[in-house]
Formats: sequence, C-alpha cells, structure tokens
Amino acid sequence: MSPKISFRDVVKTYPLKSTTFTALGQVSLDIGDREFVAVVGPSGCGKSTLLSMVAGLVEPTSGTVTVDGAPVTGPGPDRGVIFQQYALFPWLTVRGNVEFGLKLAHVPAAERRRRADHAIELVGLADFADALPKTLSGGMKQRCAIARAYAVDPEVLLMDEPFGALDALTRVQLQDQLLDTWTQERRTVLFITHDVDEAVYLAGRVVVMAARPGRIHRVIDVDLPYPRTEEIRLSAEFARIRNDVWTHVYHQSPAGSAA
Amino acid sequence: MTVVTAPEKTPTTPQAPRGARRTVHPLVFNLIALVLAIAVWALTAAAGLADIPGPLSVSSRARELLSDGTLTEDALASLQRVLLGFALGTLVAVPVGFLMGWYPVARGLLEPYVQFFRTIPPLALIPLVIVLMGIGETPKIFVIFLAAFMSCVVAAFQGVTGVDRTLIDAARVLGASDRTVFLKVVIPASTPFILVGMRIGLGAAWATVVAAEMIGAQKGLGFEMVHAQTYYDVPTIFVGLISIGVIGLVMDRLLLLAERRLTAWQERR
Ligand SMILES: Nc1ncnc2c1ncn2[C@@H]1O[C@H](COP(=O)(O)OP(=O)(O)O)[C@@H](O)[C@H]1O
Ligand SMILES: [Mg+2]
Repeated sequence: MSPKISFRDVVKTYPLKSTTFTALGQVSLDIGDREFVAVVGPSGCGKSTLLSMVAGLVEPTSGTVTVDGAPVTGPGPDRGVIFQQYALFPWLTVRGNVEFGLKLAHVPAAERRRRADHAIELVGLADFADALPKTLSGGMKQRCAIARAYAVDPEVLLMDEPFGALDALTRVQLQDQLLDTWTQERRTVLFITHDVDEAVYLAGRVVVMAARPGRIHRVIDVDLPYPRTEEIRLSAEFARIRNDVWTHVYHQSPAGSAA
Repeated sequence: MTVVTAPEKTPTTPQAPRGARRTVHPLVFNLIALVLAIAVWALTAAAGLADIPGPLSVSSRARELLSDGTLTEDALASLQRVLLGFALGTLVAVPVGFLMGWYPVARGLLEPYVQFFRTIPPLALIPLVIVLMGIGETPKIFVIFLAAFMSCVVAAFQGVTGVDRTLIDAARVLGASDRTVFLKVVIPASTPFILVGMRIGLGAAWATVVAAEMIGAQKGLGFEMVHAQTYYDVPTIFVGLISIGVIGLVMDRLLLLAERRLTAWQERR
C-alpha cells in the first residue's frame, strides 16, 4: 500500500548572516494510512519543521513532501493541526472556534451546529460550548483545539507537542481520550512530543531524531496491542521499548556521523 | 502550575468574588480628591494668593452662561467639530493602518510620511492651514482630522503587525484564504489596539479643537475663552476650562466603556 505521508530527501535550510543554517538535512520517511507515528528528539532538531511541512506552512528547501502521493503546496482542511499554544481565537466561544473551519467549508448552519456539537461532546466540553477561551483551563483549551480540528474531519492529524504544557493528570486524560477517538475513527496521526513515555504509549512507531543537523536517528516499532491500557503501560514490554527509545534519544552518536 | 486536582471540571474564575473584599470602593477616594481640590481652590482664592475667582463666583457665572444658552451652544459647536474631525480621521486611519500592516509595499511607501508627520504637532500646522484654507470651518476640521488620524493610524498598523503568528497559521490550516485570514483573524485581533488608538485620537482631537477655535470662530469653547480674555473675564475662562475638562473626561470614559465591551474576550493581565 502506498504511504499516506511521504518525505523524500527533505532538506530545510535557513539563511543565517553569511552562511546557511541546516534545520533539517536529508530526511526520508514514509507514514502509512491510519498509522500513529510519534516523533521524539532534543529541542531544535527540526520536529516542528517536519510537521509544518506536512501542514503546508513551511516549504522544503529541497526534496518533496507528499500526502496521498501529491506534493504539499499549502495548508488545507484535509490536514488538521494542533499547536502546543492551543491557538484558539480568543474572541470566539468554544463553539465559535469549533465551527470556524466548518464555516470556511460552507457547511450549512444546521449541519455545522450538529457537527460542532458532536466534536465538542467528543472531547467532553459540552458544558462549556458557550464559554470564551479566557475562562478555560489549559487542558480545556487544548480539548477545544482538538475539537476544532476534529470538526472538519481531516484525514491527517498533525500534533505539535499538544500536551506539553499540561499537568500530569490532564495529560494522561487527554492521551487516553486521543487513543479512544483514534481507535474509533482511525486517522493518520503525526504526533510530536519530548516525552518518551507519551510517544511509546500512543504510537505504533516512534521516530527518534537527532540535532545539528536535524535528521532521523532511529525508527522504533512499538509492538504493543491497541487499545492501550494501564496494564500495558505497566508491562515489561512497555518498559523495554521505552528504555530502547530513551537510549537512542540520550546517547546519540555525535553530530555529523549519520545514523 | 501543576496542581493535581481535577482541573477539568470548573472553569477558572479570574476575579475574586465581589462580596469577599472589604476594601473601600475607589470612587470614595476620587470623591475625597475632588472635594479637597475645591477646598484648596476656595482657600487660595479667598486668601488672595492668586488673582483668581473662587468656586462660588465661577459657578454663578456658569449658571448665567447656561441659562442664556451660551455655554450649551459653545459646547455643542466644539463637540460637533471634534466628532466630525475625529470620525473622518478614524475612518481614514483604520484602512491606511491595515494596509501598512498587511502589505510590506504599502508600509514602505507610507511609513516615512506617517513617522515624519507624527512628530509635527497638529497645532503647528495652523498657520499654514489658515493661509491655505482660510479661517472657516475647513481648517479647523482639517487640523482635528490630522490629530485623530495620526494617533489612530499607528495603532491600527501596530495592531496588524502584532497579530499572533500561530492564530494566522491556525486559520490557514483550517482552510482560510488570505482574505479570510484578514477579515476573520487580523481585524478582530487588532480591535483592542485600534480602540486604544481611538481613545488617544479623541484626546488629541479634543485638545486640538480648543486651540483651533482660538484662530477665529463665532462659537465654541475656545472662542469663548479668547473672547473673555480680552475683557479680563476670568470666571468665564474658568467655566470654559472646566467644561473642556468635563466633556473630555466623559468622552474618554464612554470610549473606555465601549472598549471594555468590545474586547471583553481579552485575557487581562
Ligand atoms: N524561521 C526560522 N528562521 C531561522 N531558523 C529557524 C526558523 N524556524 C526554525 N529555525 C531553526 O530550525 C531548527 C529546528 O527548529 P524546530 O523545527 O522548531 O525544532 P523543534 O521543534 O525540534 O524544537 C531550530 O534550531 C530553529 O532555531
Ligand atoms: Mg517544536
């Protein structure tokens, strides 16, 4: 089967005074349809750059990024993005935020309302549909951002450290909720995190990146069944995979010697 | 920040409950300050420290000017000029500021003019404006227009350039075109800046009108004060000054109220 998302020899450089800075050097990666892939790596290794190129917000300097075989030319509602800073429109209510993308797609009002309410229900914000973002906690804001992405029903979900700013309990709740939704309506998920446990718990495959220049260091399969439960989180196999990922994140070969 | 309670159930309420506070309402202090000021004024006048009329003679003069209609007429004349100039200034400033914030070319072309003319106080243009436009209504409105325009254009411009990048990205990934991003994200996100600019602009317009009226007018608070000056009618000058202050304050509070209403969604620091 052909991959859903494909990076081919992708390089991203930024001009830096007299030289150029290589944020991402020669990345190739295939992500299958309905696959859940997590990316971990030290900060500055190009994780956000990788994701932004799929989102269509950043163009590769060379190489190609394709979705369904077609090169990405710009952002579009087929790829939903969830940002770490929530990025909710503060002047809109929860429902207004969730309906934003549906309005752009010219979904008729009644249908729009129904789909928005469904998405809001799904993330457990039904009681706060008419609340403004400023009255919500961080976890609720991120739930709202997730509902906003779900509402337009994207085939690909791009999440950039979405739970990074949340407290431990909220994070676990949102992880379980994300997996619940993913097992019900499988989408292709590219999930960036700096939390190795989170990566192994959620993903079917973990991509470990290295910095300077940003590159893929190792790809590790997570052979744990779904649905993932507390039992799995505490299992010996989980611990083994997590240690494997940890080792590759924290004992990387020095820059330059490509993995 | 990492309190492990169930933070998901209740929305965080930023304000403390009203009834729980035992502090005195700040208005009480405002009132005390007002009473004190009048007392100091009365004492200064009574002691003859300065050659000024006391509160009583000023208020009786105010009553006279009110009952013969002069004060109301003057105030309305001044207000009319300010509102017209201010409305025109804001109406032109907002699109120009948006243009400068959104298109780098427009910014490159317009910013030098804006920055340059901003350093010239509108009042300094009065001699030139009189030569070019005479002493009718046009030069007055024009100067007020400029005062309001300059304050507001910079605010609108800064509002656009200051819009959070991730908000724009969030709209784009949901399928928004450039036009939609501008209408649905940039405009609402910069409203708070524009409203602040409008408040500053209104203040500038009001400050300008009085001076503009000193250059030949048949009516208006500024005209009345210059007129009184030639007759050494100090109480009338006081009435004029106090009226200017009171009207300016009221207009500012009204705009502040509108600002609070329109930007209630903002997270206040
Ligand atoms: N617009 C830009 N201009 C210059 N350098 C950039 C820009 N965007 C990102 N970078 C650099 O590229 C590198 C990768 O950034 P990023 O993808 O955000 O890393 P990560 O998300 O893994 O922390 C960083 O070193 C960052 O400083
Ligand atoms: Mg990042």
